[in-house]
Amino acid sequence: MTWPFTVIAVLTLASAVAAMSLRNLVHCVLMLTVTFAGFAAFYLQLDAQFVGFAQVLVYIGAVAILVVFAILLTRSAEPPRQSIFSATWVVGVGIAVIVFGLLSGLILSSRALTRAIRPPPEVSVRQIGDQLMAKFVLPLEVIGLLLTAALIGAMIIAMHEKEHE
Amino acid sequence: MTPLLCYLLVSALLFAIGLAGALTRRNAIMVLIGIELMLNAANLNFIAFWRYGPNPQALTGVMFVIFSIAVGAAEAAVGLALIISIYRHYRTTNLDQIDSMKG
Repeated sequence: MTWPFTVIAVLTLASAVAAMSLRNLVHCVLMLTVTFAGFAAFYLQLDAQFVGFAQVLVYIGAVAILVVFAILLTRSAEPPRQSIFSATWVVGVGIAVIVFGLLSGLILSSRALTRAIRPPPEVSVRQIGDQLMAKFVLPLEVIGLLLTAALIGAMIIAMHEKEHE
Repeated sequence: MTPLLCYLLVSALLFAIGLAGALTRRNAIMVLIGIELMLNAANLNFIAFWRYGPNPQALTGVMFVIFSIAVGAAEAAVGLALIISIYRHYRTTNLDQIDSMKG
């Protein structure tokens, strides 16, 4: 475990906890942006530069802005008077703790994960583009269709309902 | 501890934080943010397995994460549109008050 990993991990985890527990929703989104930046830094650490910058573009650039717009449009920026957590929050936290316990137990007991460290793979953006156009061309087309459908669907859902004549 | 193990543990912790947020918060937007966090934790797993896996030249992990990011963006857009539409109907994003289908 190297020190950059430790710094990024602490920063990402702390901002994720803050994003899930702060009262003001705008502060939550700012903390969420830090978390997304931490994910991008993880990807850069793992020699996946393209994915790291795609993460910055899509999540920090688009999704965070979208969430801010939604918060302002629904007027939830001011903190609510009652608790921000639901009445059954103990059950939710309990389920999360159980899930984490199961996952970490399985990870730590696996023998396949303790292999020697490999050298970083030599992957250029050109190779990714070549693969996208050759082996993964069908998923790429499907994703294009999905994004178009999501764009039109989101617009239709959020459109003003017409007044009844 | 190998690096892969560390990444998997951090990712499991982030997944648990997102799950706790999605299950406990009252505001619908925060539930969506929790789901986004869980999605990102899964992506981190894919990249970690790709980097330390047996055949990184195949690029399968990177491709999966690129497509997963695209699906995540579409999900966020449609989810927030649904929340805005629900807000227009009920004048609230508090999930405890949106209970007209409760049995």
